Amino acid sequence: MESNWDGSASPFQKERKLAHVTLPRSLSEKVEGELELEVDARNVRALIRALDLRFPGIGEILSGQTAVAIDGEILSEAGIEPLSAQSEVHFLPRVGGG
Amino acid sequence: MSAATGEQKFRWVGTRPVRPDGHDKVTGRARYGADFSLPGMLCGRVLRSPHAHARILKIDTAEALALEGVHAVLTGDDLPDLTSSEESSSLSAASRNIMARDKVLYHGHAVAAVAASTPEVAREALALIRVEYEVLESVLGIEEALADGAPLLDEELRTKGEEDPKPSNVAAKVMFSNGDIEVGFALADEIVEREFTTQAVHQGYIEPHACLAQMGEDGKATLWVSSQGQFAIRSMTAGILGVELSHLRVIPAEIGGGVGGKTTVYLEPLAVALSRKSGRPVKMVMSREEVFRGSGPALGTRIKVKLGATREGRLVAAQALLHYEAGGFPGSSVQAGAMTIFSSYALEHLEITGYDVVVNKPKGAAYRAPGAPMAAFATESLMDELATRLEIDPVDFRLRNAAKEGVQSAFGPRFRRIGLVETLEAIQAHPHYRAPLKPNQGRGVAVGFWFNAGLQSSASVNVNEDGTVSVVSGSPDIGGSRASLAIMAAEELGIEYEAVDVTVADTASVGFNDVTGGSRVTFATGMAVIESAREVIQQLRERAASIWDVEVDQVVWQEGRACVPDSKEIESLDLKAIADQAGETGGPITGRHSLSARGVGMGFGAHICDVQVDPETGRVEVVRYTAVQDAGRAIHPSYVEGQMQGGVAQGIGWALNEEYIYNADGELQNPGFLDYRIPVASDLPMIDTVIVEVPNDGHPYGVRGVGEVPIVAPLPAVANAVCAATGVRFTDLPLSPPRVLKGIEDAETVS
Repeated sequence: MESNWDGSASPFQKERKLAHVTLPRSLSEKVEGELELEVDARNVRALIRALDLRFPGIGEILSGQTAVAIDGEILSEAGIEPLSAQSEVHFLPRVGGG
Repeated sequence: MSAATGEQKFRWVGTRPVRPDGHDKVTGRARYGADFSLPGMLCGRVLRSPHAHARILKIDTAEALALEGVHAVLTGDDLPDLTSSEESSSLSAASRNIMARDKVLYHGHAVAAVAASTPEVAREALALIRVEYEVLESVLGIEEALADGAPLLDEELRTKGEEDPKPSNVAAKVMFSNGDIEVGFALADEIVEREFTTQAVHQGYIEPHACLAQMGEDGKATLWVSSQGQFAIRSMTAGILGVELSHLRVIPAEIGGGVGGKTTVYLEPLAVALSRKSGRPVKMVMSREEVFRGSGPALGTRIKVKLGATREGRLVAAQALLHYEAGGFPGSSVQAGAMTIFSSYALEHLEITGYDVVVNKPKGAAYRAPGAPMAAFATESLMDELATRLEIDPVDFRLRNAAKEGVQSAFGPRFRRIGLVETLEAIQAHPHYRAPLKPNQGRGVAVGFWFNAGLQSSASVNVNEDGTVSVVSGSPDIGGSRASLAIMAAEELGIEYEAVDVTVADTASVGFNDVTGGSRVTFATGMAVIESAREVIQQLRERAASIWDVEVDQVVWQEGRACVPDSKEIESLDLKAIADQAGETGGPITGRHSLSARGVGMGFGAHICDVQVDPETGRVEVVRYTAVQDAGRAIHPSYVEGQMQGGVAQGIGWALNEEYIYNADGELQNPGFLDYRIPVASDLPMIDTVIVEVPNDGHPYGVRGVGEVPIVAPLPAVANAVCAATGVRFTDLPLSPPRVLKGIEDAETVS
């Protein structure tokens, strides 16, 4: 969490808009049905970390078994991919090509 | 990286220069997987299971080892057990697929291998290996696999994604949904629902799997192999054998077709292990029969779809239940099937459920747009039926519901810029769509979708001393990528296409590359080449600046020459002139680039198929076919057209003839091209192609992948044409003469 030197929340943080995250239906039980969430994260790795804090164990599944779509683009290796304000993030099954 | 626009001007992109691999291929000089030899080389052969499902009680190799000329015998005991290690489950499955351990899971599953001085001795040695089996009841289809009390292929297997899973033949469940499916169907004026089935089909590449392995005295191995990715072969082989990547060098051979089936290993770890055991080079080549029995097909499916639409032709609800066979190990293409099944359309209410089902058949492998053609067969057949019921032109019906930029896809994300509408408009405008038909002929249309992939690529561009250019890529060339990479390098550098040579390098000579799959090489490796060429241009400007003693910012690179636009005194220098002075200006000029590709453009195609059906025999002949596809930007249009024609030919084979035929014991009955009938040139008309270009703004030239999309639409396009010709809606593939004849006769009986 970004903050000012005195520990107060940074103005930037206050104004920052959150990424809209959609999780796969298959994880419904693990996230208590919360398949759509708003999460504050600067990149995909931080997003997965935040989700894992909230739903312990989900991080391993998301980082090991899924692809990530950010604003419509599916990425197979997305760890450091930055999330901009209002990014739409979908975790999806990985699909191989032929 | 700058994005593509529709107005870019090109010198080489979009032209059709001579393919660089052509001469060697037509003169027989090209070296495929089986064309490599070394002194002292042994012949490796595999013993395969005669049973579809059995427990291995004992393997006795003593007699085989004692035979003169036998240098090594290998069984599952010689390979590391990866099941309990930290290795991924997919690598563990690959290991148990290439060499069975406690159980054989399909007819043709490898149980032992030998290395011998001649093929005859190897064959004799295989006959001397004694394997004791406890034969188990086999599971040969989805129905049997799901039945209560069905024999289990793997007693430990539980359904991933299912609550409270019990031991089962269902490996995984996937789900996608949006809106409220009940509400959606309540809005519908017309609802259609049917169940569709497809059979196991093989990729049918002409070149069987082949490799040559040599283990050195230093414990380092070299492998010559035909594959879709030397780096993937290296990582899987090293992983299965438990050796470091740096101890294995994989040299790519020319590849005689892959179509997805050469993205995995079968012989390679065995050849290296046999070489390690024998101390001699070992060559292994599959027979065609082994290719069918032991290498990955696309397996059978059962798909139930329900669609609802309003009287005005608006789709309001879609529901699908998919079951895909995975073969002996989990991992069918059901996820992709589920993700593509409704992705061509804008839908508010949908529900998709898919199951991955293990059966006693070879472990499935990727096959061109894996999972999508079967799903499209179901949806596009019902779209045709709905259009007929609603009395709306089938292309109009699709246009009214077509996915476009901003529409939320069935699998979740919103589409970026895509070209489905443009491809549909192109088939509607095509003369084929309105051409008259003769008696017993029918016309079908269908659309197809595939994601395409980006993944990782590395490339380098080296300026030679004489000003020619060598491009080094790590992506095997299956569909013409050497030509497309050369075109892109020539385009960037402003030089002649003929001045660029492209090499597909081994794992020690170029940075990592993911497989040639996902229709990604011209897109992703192409971007690595473009970036490498741009780095070369920067160096060329710097060298020219040092030669002229001016600031580099004053130098521009135009049409293959460095020049200073503001100066009349300085004469421009071409690549050759700068290369000639490279030694004095800083040494060799090289650019290299590695990337995890971003900006993948999804692909759509729309097809028209005309068939003629013989009402007396049920034989279906495709008499005219037009394939339209959005290529984003066609770098070498002939190769794009070739991909489209190849995909269509394979799709027609899938629709009309191809299927694995098993007897009751699970033995494959047609493991050869005589009885497993792929279409040959005389079976097909010339496949007409139209390339639509809706540039992908994620690529500097606008490229989208093109290799996989064209196999998606043919299955339903053919089936819809047969329906139009006969009045019968066929829901089971292939549409072989007996099935079509029976359908016609049954319809006549009913009427």
